[in-house]
Amino acid sequence: MSLSARDITIGYDRKTISEHLDLDVPEGRFTAIIGPNACGKSTLLRALSRLLKPQAGEVLLDGRDIGSRPAKEVARRLGLLPQSSIAPDGIAVAELVARGRFPHQKLIRQWSAADEAAVVAAMAATGVTELSGELVDTLSGGQRQRVWVAMVLAQQTPIVLLDEPTTFLDIAHQIELLELCVRLNREQGTTMVAVLHDLNQACRYADHVVVMKAGRIVEQGDPRTIVTAELIEGVFGLGCRIIDDPETGTPLVIPRSSIVRLA
Amino acid sequence: MSRTGASGVDFGRRVVVVRPVGRLPVRPAVVCLALGLAALAIGVLALSTGELSIPPADVLRALAGEGSGAYRLVVVEWRLPRVLLALLLGVALGLSGAIFQALTRNPLGSPDVIGFNTGAYTGVLVVTVYVGTGYYLVAAGALVGGLATAAAVYLLAFKRGVQGFRLIIVGIAVSAVLGSVNQWFIIKVNLQAALAAAIWGQGSLNGLGWGQVVPVAIGVGLLCVVLLGYGPRLALLEMGEDAAAALGVRVEATRLAYLIIGVALIAVATAAAGPISFVALAAPQLAQRLTRTPGIALVPSAAMGAFLLTLSDWLAQRAFAPTQLPVGVVTVSVGGLYFGWLLIRQGRAQ
Repeated sequence: MSLSARDITIGYDRKTISEHLDLDVPEGRFTAIIGPNACGKSTLLRALSRLLKPQAGEVLLDGRDIGSRPAKEVARRLGLLPQSSIAPDGIAVAELVARGRFPHQKLIRQWSAADEAAVVAAMAATGVTELSGELVDTLSGGQRQRVWVAMVLAQQTPIVLLDEPTTFLDIAHQIELLELCVRLNREQGTTMVAVLHDLNQACRYADHVVVMKAGRIVEQGDPRTIVTAELIEGVFGLGCRIIDDPETGTPLVIPRSSIVRLA
Repeated sequence: MSRTGASGVDFGRRVVVVRPVGRLPVRPAVVCLALGLAALAIGVLALSTGELSIPPADVLRALAGEGSGAYRLVVVEWRLPRVLLALLLGVALGLSGAIFQALTRNPLGSPDVIGFNTGAYTGVLVVTVYVGTGYYLVAAGALVGGLATAAAVYLLAFKRGVQGFRLIIVGIAVSAVLGSVNQWFIIKVNLQAALAAAIWGQGSLNGLGWGQVVPVAIGVGLLCVVLLGYGPRLALLEMGEDAAAALGVRVEATRLAYLIIGVALIAVATAAAGPISFVALAAPQLAQRLTRTPGIALVPSAAMGAFLLTLSDWLAQRAFAPTQLPVGVVTVSVGGLYFGWLLIRQGRAQ
């Protein structure tokens, strides 16, 4: 299942954010899109997930224009964790996860054995099985985000896009979520694309990094080869040193400081 | 193979699973059944009481086409259409309210947010002043006025799609403007026309017969079928535009379809009986509290609407008999009690 953008121009109303953008999402890999605030990374993800119609050019899913395909058909191939979703009042965890099965259901076929198996597997993969009957309102932020991820997994799509999935999570939950994404990517071959803020996490968990600045893609590839001090300085305007992450050997960005800490 | 039984997944409530058709949560099903039976019981009560008291057993016999001719005339020809209208319009109002509350994600959302009733009133005033009176003329005026207003509010609120909050604000503004237009009309026109319009404005099932039941039944029935065809999309829209779109819902087209269905339902009710307030507002909320469904659910709202309107109309007929109140007066009173209860409950919760 391939996903690519062909010469797309994207933006809102008359405000253009990116022009003539091309991107081939590598199949079966974990891609992270990084870049400074307002560089257009979330906008690109919205276009890739057909939430935003490009003003020009097209997004191709399996070689066909994503906007002209039936919405449910696309939703069986491409899943998305949006930045903000609203859990209806009084909804139980399993009920919310089960909503991820909508693209697979028909009017008189709303709950098949496959639906149940997908929901059970999604809850197990995200570790929310014990919370199954709890109300989503009563969960902590980290638990809630895992439930939303479970809903996307229950959709059972070969491609999963995540828009800033680690925002509002503490460091432990961030790592837990990203490692879950890597596991899914490795074990099920799911193509993952995530917009991430933390460069070090992107370098550590993604095997392909797309670096954006001012609406353009300035560099992409394996983080171990492309992430250099010059690239980070050029894109973020931040002086830094790059060392090897002592845990994983991936690039670790250490910002330079002009402040000398007094002992 | 289809299998019925308890769910293999813990949904936090009792659910009966019928594979592969669907899941039926037990509590909402029981509540809907109880509301439906209660509405039917009130219906039988309404058929048996009035200037001529008929024992319930004779009512049922008359409904089955047996018993005395006089009883059949009173029960089937005179009283039954009114009871059926109360049930059907109750369903229409409950569904319409549920749609608007779900779309605006606001418990105070109702068809009134899109200005339908105010616009319908304007239409009725224009018709009574410039064309004439008569049930069908007035109904047509209400339809045209209400639909035109709803369309205007939708278009004015449109900006890269329609957000629930924008819809509410624009609806309030347009309603306020039309409200003053209505006032101006009532002051300027002759007393008779103003009175006719004011009577319509109370909302009443008095004097309605089989001639109204048939078109209402067809209209509400067709709209229910269309609504059924959209499946669980209303609940998905409640999770936010992005989440719904990601699951394969065409957000803008679907939302417009729901708005049209919601407006059409209230249009049927208003054209038939005039504006009946509060049922659309209260039914979905009361139903949700009884059924504890996540979000606003359509079927329980419809059952609650039917129950509330049959009860209100029976009270309207019997409370000050032989004086017949317009049912709108009763629903407004019930609405007042409902808000009082809501405020007390929330006050206690804080």
